[in-house]
Amino acid sequence: MNSLPYPIQVHDLTVSYQRKPVLYGVDLEIEAGSLVGVIGPNGAGKSTLIKTIMNMVRPNGGFVKILGKSPKAGTKHIGYVPQRESVDWEFPVTVMDVVLMGRYGHLGWFGRISKADKKMAHECLEKVDMLSYGNRQIGNLSGGQQQRVFLARALAQESSIYLMDEPFVGVDAVTEKTIVSILKSMQQSGKTLVIVHHDLATAKNYFDHLLLLNMRKIAYGPTPKVFTEELLQKTYGGRLTVFSEMASQAAKQPEIEAAKTIGE
Amino acid sequence: MRIFLKLCPGLLLLVALLAIGIPELMAKQVGMQGEEKFWERTARFFLLQDTSVQIVVLGSTLIGISCGLIGSYVVTRKLSLFGDTLSHAVLPGIAIGFLWAESKDNIALMVGATGAGFLGVSCLTFLQKYTHVRQDSALGIVLSGFYAVGICLLTRIQKMEFGNQSGLDSFLFGQASALSVEDLWGIGCTLFIISLFILTAYKKLLITGFDLSFARSIGIRADSLQYVLWLLLAFCIITSLQAIGVILASALLIIPAVTASLLVKRMNSYLLISATLGAFAGLGGSFFSFLGQGMPTGPLIVLVSAGIFIFVLCLRPTDGLLIKWFFSRKNTLRIHRENTLKAVYQILESHDFQHQTINTQALMSKRGIDIVKCEIEIQQLINAGLATTEPRSPKLSIPGQSILSLTPMGWEYACKIVRNHRLWELYLTNEAKYAPDHVHDDAEKIEHVLGDDTIRQLEHILSNPRKDPHGKLIPSLTDMEMGNIESSPSS
Repeated sequence: MNSLPYPIQVHDLTVSYQRKPVLYGVDLEIEAGSLVGVIGPNGAGKSTLIKTIMNMVRPNGGFVKILGKSPKAGTKHIGYVPQRESVDWEFPVTVMDVVLMGRYGHLGWFGRISKADKKMAHECLEKVDMLSYGNRQIGNLSGGQQQRVFLARALAQESSIYLMDEPFVGVDAVTEKTIVSILKSMQQSGKTLVIVHHDLATAKNYFDHLLLLNMRKIAYGPTPKVFTEELLQKTYGGRLTVFSEMASQAAKQPEIEAAKTIGE
Repeated sequence: MRIFLKLCPGLLLLVALLAIGIPELMAKQVGMQGEEKFWERTARFFLLQDTSVQIVVLGSTLIGISCGLIGSYVVTRKLSLFGDTLSHAVLPGIAIGFLWAESKDNIALMVGATGAGFLGVSCLTFLQKYTHVRQDSALGIVLSGFYAVGICLLTRIQKMEFGNQSGLDSFLFGQASALSVEDLWGIGCTLFIISLFILTAYKKLLITGFDLSFARSIGIRADSLQYVLWLLLAFCIITSLQAIGVILASALLIIPAVTASLLVKRMNSYLLISATLGAFAGLGGSFFSFLGQGMPTGPLIVLVSAGIFIFVLCLRPTDGLLIKWFFSRKNTLRIHRENTLKAVYQILESHDFQHQTINTQALMSKRGIDIVKCEIEIQQLINAGLATTEPRSPKLSIPGQSILSLTPMGWEYACKIVRNHRLWELYLTNEAKYAPDHVHDDAEKIEHVLGDDTIRQLEHILSNPRKDPHGKLIPSLTDMEMGNIESSPSS
């Protein structure tokens, strides 16, 4: 093992929703400075993996460690970009307000937003080409612009690890290019990025590591090694029927589940 | 939307009638002594001459502010129905509190209401967590269930010997004049706590309202924040019940906040406007109730805030329904005028510009409209200074028999419209490769919206064309000057 703890370490992680397993026995060790794409078919558990790492979903078994710490202590080192649809875009806030939210993690209860925070938010908006929209209400933006605002907020967080859930959904080609170039420059400045992605065609060029996921970890590693027809076939070519059936059966047995948690 | 636009003047009239009607009605209600009595009472209310009036004014204003503030969060978090449910759920608690204390004891009522509210929320949470009942249905069930229990208990109480002068029915519809000094303390404390909470947790509330999962990711305890908000909502409702009543309590939470949402785009100004409107509504409602001598305050508060809402909806800058209607009407009139001018031009053109005037008959058949409409269109041209008419012969002045000639301004305008139309047709055939018989309908619409800049651009792209796809002249200013087309008699 490295002398430095992994930014994200996942060990034998099992998660189920209402007794239906979504992730099963996933192991993952992401090294610092990687730009990781998480790909897999719909319902493969991509978002669930992200949410479990963010401590929003409780695992049935296994554990997550962030920089060697428990998720509870670790999530504040992570900049999280949720799915665009998860947010109320009619809310009375302006673009600048949203970007400033990225700074909230650095303020206390009575903490006021300082000039430095405002300057920082300004710069982040500039990086995503949205500075002229600062005063707009967020409801008046296109999908691509909304995603850029989210990215600006993430930049303002100045985290060392970033998790992004489908940042390319509903985004125009120009914005997609902008986002990719920003992701790459973030990686160059030493950040670790994990991005849920749905488009196989572009995944190869965007990321230097890929995680192929379909309820289980199919493969994880540098893109050239993992992006092979055989592994992709395994990821997308139908579920492992017997395996998923047995997993559902097992999850329905309370005693097995209980034994697992005690064993942990 | 269109129907609403058409209804708009009617709605406004209704509001105006209400505004005039309510004082009239009050005057009649108060009315044995007639008109002076009405002004006397108005003065008594606003000059704050006696203590009871002071309590009413202060109480209803503070309630309005509290509800406006909490209501902003209720509305932006889509909890409107939740607020309504909570207000109905406290009714059985009030009744039980009364039974327990055997009188209208404030503390007992408060404890009862809080307990019932808590029970109501617990029922909701249970239904949502452990059953498949959808949220809106769960709210409906809890609301009506608790309210039914409350009504049964209240009816029992009224039949008991100590229940006769209970005044508990003021909890149903509200009675601001029944506010006591102790009520005022409760109202004041609630407002103080609400303000303190919003001031300290403003940013956290903002972020949890907008993006819950992000808020959690940066370590904000969104759940406890939500519970505090619910608790304050409950206190806000309970303290305002005396003034507004169980049934309509949620209106004061919802209407001012929704009105604010029509006007602003940031949370801080949203809170400010919502609180101000809430105060207005509370004050207005209790004022009318005071005039009406014991009319229930709740409905009047709702009427005042709904009146403000309709007013803002119709007249807010740029997006107001009435404003929109006005501009769309202005636009329609302009398009009508332009079409008439174009028709005049085409009639003149069909005679190779031999004549400078046309008669109304020709215009009627060209436009395919009857005489009445035609007269209206001509009148509109005259009003805009674009045309003049004279009777066909000095002796006879029969409608539809006059002679129309364009003023120089009208002539220039007509040329411009025809030019727009033909340039656009040419653009569609040459550049967008439309077939020549496909372009007319499109040009009919576009000609009215082409600006000068676009025209310059089209001229440039098409390198200053002379003829349209149908071989007709595209009139330009130079053409008019060079006499290629005859100008109408110039002044």
